[in-house]
Amino acid sequence: MSEPRAANRDFAIGFVVVALAGVLAPAIGLYPVFVMKALCFALFACAFNLLLGYAGLLSFGHAVFFASAGYALGQSLKVWGWPTELGILFAVAASAALGALLGMLAIRRQGIYFAMVTLALAQMVYFFFLETKFTGGEDGLQGIPRGKLLGVVGLENDTVLYYFILAVFLAALLLIYRIVTSPFGQVLKAIRENEARALSLGYDIERYKLLAFILSAGLTGLAGACKALVVGFETLTDAAWQMSGEVVLMTLIGGVGTLFGPVIGAFAIVGLQDQLADRVGSWVQVILGVMFVVCVLGFRRGIVGELGAWLERRRQPRRPGS
Amino acid sequence: MSSKSRFAGRIAVCAGAVALALCAPMTQAQSRLSGNTVRIGVLTDMSGLYSDVGGQGSVIATQMAIDDFVAANKPAYKIDLISADHQNKPDVGANKAREWYDTQNVDMITDVLNSAVAIATAKVADEKKKLVINTGAGSTRLTNEDCNSHSIHYAYDTYALAAVAGRAIVQGGGKSWYFLTADYAFGQSLESDTTGIIKANGGSVLGSVRHPLNASDFSSFLLQAQASKAQVIGLANAGGDTINAIKAANEFGITPKQTLAGLLVFISDIHSLTLQVSQGMQLTTGWYWDLNDETRKFGRRYFEKAKKMPTMVQAGTYSVTMNYLNAVKTAGTDDADAVTAVMRKTTYNDFFLRNGHLRPDGRMVHDMYLMQVKTPAESKYPWDYYTVKATVPGDEAYQPMSQSRCPMVKKT
Repeated sequence: MSEPRAANRDFAIGFVVVALAGVLAPAIGLYPVFVMKALCFALFACAFNLLLGYAGLLSFGHAVFFASAGYALGQSLKVWGWPTELGILFAVAASAALGALLGMLAIRRQGIYFAMVTLALAQMVYFFFLETKFTGGEDGLQGIPRGKLLGVVGLENDTVLYYFILAVFLAALLLIYRIVTSPFGQVLKAIRENEARALSLGYDIERYKLLAFILSAGLTGLAGACKALVVGFETLTDAAWQMSGEVVLMTLIGGVGTLFGPVIGAFAIVGLQDQLADRVGSWVQVILGVMFVVCVLGFRRGIVGELGAWLERRRQPRRPGS
Repeated sequence: MSSKSRFAGRIAVCAGAVALALCAPMTQAQSRLSGNTVRIGVLTDMSGLYSDVGGQGSVIATQMAIDDFVAANKPAYKIDLISADHQNKPDVGANKAREWYDTQNVDMITDVLNSAVAIATAKVADEKKKLVINTGAGSTRLTNEDCNSHSIHYAYDTYALAAVAGRAIVQGGGKSWYFLTADYAFGQSLESDTTGIIKANGGSVLGSVRHPLNASDFSSFLLQAQASKAQVIGLANAGGDTINAIKAANEFGITPKQTLAGLLVFISDIHSLTLQVSQGMQLTTGWYWDLNDETRKFGRRYFEKAKKMPTMVQAGTYSVTMNYLNAVKTAGTDDADAVTAVMRKTTYNDFFLRNGHLRPDGRMVHDMYLMQVKTPAESKYPWDYYTVKATVPGDEAYQPMSQSRCPMVKKT
C-alpha cells in the first residue's frame, strides 16, 4: 500500500522542483528562447516515453508528428489567420489524426518490425512534406506569427511566451502522470511486461496500443506546435529521421519509463548541442554518439533511472522485515 | 552549470561596461551605440558545399575590413565579429540569428550564403529591428516576396545572373534549354528568372529536373538532361553542386554535344574544376580580383591571409563591413533604421561596387560583369581565369523596380 503513495510523493517533489526551476530560469539569466526550445523537446521526449517507456513500443517515426503539428500551426496561424489557441488545438488534432492513421497500420506488428514500419511510414510523410507547396519544401514554412493569447495577451514578448509555454509543459506533464497512473496506464504496463498474458486476461491489446499511440502522437504534436510558435518557423529538420533518433537518445539518456527522465535527457542533449555547436562543429554528433554508447553500456536506466534505483537502495534497509 | 557561467559572464560584461564608461572619454557616438560596441555576425556555411564560396574566407574578409576601419578612424567604440556555421539549414541559421540579436548584441549579420537560410534570417532581423546584409544568397525572393526594411541584398542576385550570362548565351545561339535545378529557394528563383530572360530573347525551355541540395550523384539527372536534346543545360545550382554536375557531365561525354551553362559560378569553383574542364564557359560575376589596381590590391592582401583569391562573396563581405561601419560612423548610432537611411543616401564606388546605390526594396544595384573563362594557354599566372567580355550597368543587370513584387515598395 505504501508503494503508490511513495511514488505519488516522488512525483510531487519532482514536479515542484521542475516547476520552480522553470519559473526561476529567466531570473537567473538563462536565455528564454533556449529554455522554451528545451521545454518543447522535453515535452516531445515525455510524449515519446509514454509510448516506449509505458507501452513498450519503440516508434522510430515520431518526428513526423512533431513536424506535422508545426506545419499545421504555421498554416492555420499564418495563412488562415486563426487565433493562437485554436491553431495549437488544430495542430494537436492534426498530429493525433495522423497518429491514428499511422498507428493503425503499425501496431499490427511487434518489436523491430513495428519500429521499421513506423520509420517507413514516417519517411513517406517526410517526402510528402518535401514535395507539397504549403510547407515550402527545403526552405521551410517561415514567418509564423505568435499572435495573442485569448485575444488579449500579446505573445511577441519572449518572457510572456515563456510562461505560457511553461504552463503548457507543466499541464502536459500532469496529464502524462495521470495517464500512466490510471487503470489504462496499468494495462499498458501489463502489455509491456507480457503481451500474451494481458491478452489472456481479456484486454483488447490492439485498442490499448492504438490509444497509447494516438495519445503519444497528440502530445508530440503539442510539443511541435509550441516549438513552431517559439521559433516562428517549421522546417524539414523536424520531420527528418534524425530527429526521431534524437528523441530516442534523449529518452534513453534521461531514463526510459521514468516521468522526469525524458525532461532531464532533453535538457542535456539540447544544452550540449547549443553549447558545443560553435566550438566543435560536426563533432557534436560524435560526442552524442559516444554518450549514447556510454549510457547503454554503463547506466542502462538513464540518469533519472539510476538516481531512482540509488534512492530505492537507500530506502530499503529502513523498511522493517525486508 | 551553464547558467552559472553565463551569470558570471553577465557580471563581467556589466563590470567591463562600467569600467569602460568611467575610463573612456564620453563622446556622442558612445552613448548611442548599444553596449558601446558594434558587433558583426558572419553567418555562413563553414563545412558544407558553399564553404569555399564564403565560409572562413568571409570571416577573414570581415576581420580585414574591421582592422582597416579601426586603423583609419580610431573609433572610441569597440568593433568585433562573431561567426557561426548554419550548416545550410534554415532553422539552424534563424535560431542562431535570433540568439545573436537577443543575447550577443549583434548589430548586423552578413554573408548568409544559402537563400533558404537568408530568407529565414531576414524574417528574424525584421522582427528584431536589426540589420542583415547578405552577400552570399542569390534568390530574388529576398527583394520581392520576402523583402523587408531590415534586409539588404548585396553582391548579386539570380535575376542579374540570368540577365547577364543567361542573355549572352541565348543571344549567342543557345536557344533551347534544359534546367538542372537545386530544389530550394535559390535554384527555383534562378530557374524562373533565367526562363524569363530566355523567353524574352526568343529561346525555349524544354524542361527541368530538380535535385536535392548537396546532391552526391548527378548521373540520373544528367541522363534526363541529355535525353532532352536541349542545346544548353542550365545549371541552376551553386558551389559543390555545380562542381559535381560539371565533372559528371564531362565524364558522361555530354559536354561537347550540349553546352553546360553554369548560371552561378564562383572563382573558387573554377579553381577546383581547373581551366581544362571549365574553359570557354560564360558566367556572371559582381566582382573579379583582376579587374583593376584596386581589386588586385585587395586580392593580394586577402591572398596573403587566406592563400586563395577571394570570391565575389568574400570580397563583398569586406565591402559590406566597411560601408556599414562608415554608415554607423556617419549616423552616430548602430540603430538599424538610421544606418539604412544613411546607406540609401550614399552613392558607392569602392574596390567592389561600381556605381552602387541602395534601392528601397533592399537591392544594392551596381555594375556586373560578363566573363569568359580563359583557356589554359591564355592563363598567364595563378588565378588568371577570366576575360571581361562586357560590363553591364546595374540598372540593366538587376530587375527593374517596375517589375518588383515587394509589398513594401508598392505601398510607398
